[in-house]
Amino acid sequence: MKRKLITSAVILVCFLLESTVFQNLAFAMVKPNLLIVVTSSFGFMRGKKTGLFVGFSAGLLADLFWGNALGFNMLLYAVIGYVNGSFKRMFYDDDIKLPIVLISVSDFLYGILTYVCIYMLRGDFAFLTYLMKIILPELVYTILVTLALYQIILHINKKLEEEEQRSASRFV
Amino acid sequence: MKNKKQSSFSSKYWLIIISVLCVILLGIERFTDGGGPLRFIASYTVVPMQEGISYVGRFMSDLSDNFDTLEEMKKENKKLQARVDDLTIDNTRLRQEQYELDRLRELYKLDENYSDYEKIGAHVVANNGSNWFTDFTIDKGSKDGVQVNSNVLAGSGLVGIVTETGPTYARVRSIIDDASNVSAMMLSTSDTCMVRGDLKLMDDGRLRFEKLPNNDNKIEAGEQVVTSHVSNRFLQGLFIGYVSEIEVDSNNLTRSGYITPAVDFSKLQEVLVITTTKQNMLEADADETQDAVETETPPQDQDEEGD
Repeated sequence: MKRKLITSAVILVCFLLESTVFQNLAFAMVKPNLLIVVTSSFGFMRGKKTGLFVGFSAGLLADLFWGNALGFNMLLYAVIGYVNGSFKRMFYDDDIKLPIVLISVSDFLYGILTYVCIYMLRGDFAFLTYLMKIILPELVYTILVTLALYQIILHINKKLEEEEQRSASRFV
Repeated sequence: MKNKKQSSFSSKYWLIIISVLCVILLGIERFTDGGGPLRFIASYTVVPMQEGISYVGRFMSDLSDNFDTLEEMKKENKKLQARVDDLTIDNTRLRQEQYELDRLRELYKLDENYSDYEKIGAHVVANNGSNWFTDFTIDKGSKDGVQVNSNVLAGSGLVGIVTETGPTYARVRSIIDDASNVSAMMLSTSDTCMVRGDLKLMDDGRLRFEKLPNNDNKIEAGEQVVTSHVSNRFLQGLFIGYVSEIEVDSNNLTRSGYITPAVDFSKLQEVLVITTTKQNMLEADADETQDAVETETPPQDQDEEGD
C-alpha cells in the first residue's frame, strides 16, 4: 500500500514538474521527458507488471492534460514500461550503464512512435527535421536529467525494499 | 519456479488487458469528444496543484526581480517615461481620429466596433509537457465565462484559441502549434491568407502563411497581419504579427512566406481571454438583422434599388 502511494506520488510530482517548472528550464524549446524516466526505471527495477502500471498511469496523465486522444500515450507508456520490465534480470543497483541505455532507447522510441503516429499519418514527412530538432535534443536533455532523477528514484526504491524486508522478517 | 511462471503469465495477461482498453478508449474518443468523467475528476485534483506550483514560480520570479539594482530601475524608468510621453501624444492624436471615425461611422450606420471585446485576465498555470504540442492551461474556466473557441490574447497579439474548458480551467492551443490554422488578412490590402503553425519553425519563433493571392497589391516585409473577416472562429482584427519574408509560390497564383508573431510564446505568464466568441457575435448579428428586416423592410428595398 505504502509502495503504491509513494509510486503514484513520484509519477504525479514528475508530471507537475514537467508541465510547470521545466517550461522555464527548456533549452531551445525542448523539455526533458521525465515520465519516460520514471516509467522505465520502475520497469527495470520492479519488473514487467509494475512497469506496465506505472506507464499506464503516466500515460493517463499525459493524455488527459497534454494529448488530444485518450489512450494513445497510455498504450505507448504501458508498453514501454512492460518492455523495460523484462530487463529486470540484468539490473544491478550500482550499475548506471544499463539504466541510461534503457532510458535513452525508450525515449528515442517514444519520439519516433509519436512522430509516426501523429505527424506522419497527417502527411508530414520531414522526419529528419523532427529528428534533429525534437527527438535528439529531447534525448540528450533526458539523459542529463536521468543522471539526477534516477538516483532519487533508486534511493526511494531501496528504502522501500529495506522496509519491506524488515517487516517481512519481523513476521517470520 | 512455478511461482515465477505464474507471475510472468499474469503480467502478460495485464499487458493484453491494458492494450485492449487503450485501443477501445481511442475508438471511443473517435466518436465522442472529451474525456468525460476522467477529465472532470482531473480538473478538480491535478489543476489546483499546477496552480499552486505556478503560483510559487511567479512568486520566485517576482522575488528575483526585486534584486534588480536601483540604477537599472532608474534607467528603465527614464526609458518608460519617454515612452509614456510618446504614447500620450499618439493617444491624443488617435483619440481625435477616433471621434472623427465614430462620427463618420454614425453617418454610415456602421456600429461594429471591433476593439471593444470584453476580456478577462488569466494566468498560465501549466504548459504541455511533451515537445510535440504547444498548448497551455489557464486558471479561468467556464465559471468565469470562458467558452470553447474563445480567442486568447497576450499584450496586443493573438496567442491562441480555447479548445477545452473545465469549470475552473481551460486549455488553449497556441497559434504556433502544428495543428493550428488561422484565417488571416493583410491589414492594408485586406487580402486573406492562412497562417499555419509549424513545429519545425517553432524554435525560431516564426509562423508560416500561405494562400495569399498573387495579385497587384504589393506586400512587403513589415506588413501587419491580423485575423480576417471570413474566419468563423477568430474575431476580426486581432493582431497576429509582421510579415518577415514573402515570395511568390511556384504556381504563380499564390504567395506565401513567414510571419514574426507579436507575442513571445516562450514566456507567457498572463493572457487575456475574450469571452465573446465569433459564433456568439454571428448569432447576435443574425438576430439583429432579422429584427431589422422585419421592422424596416421598405427602406432596405429602397437602398438596394439605389445601388
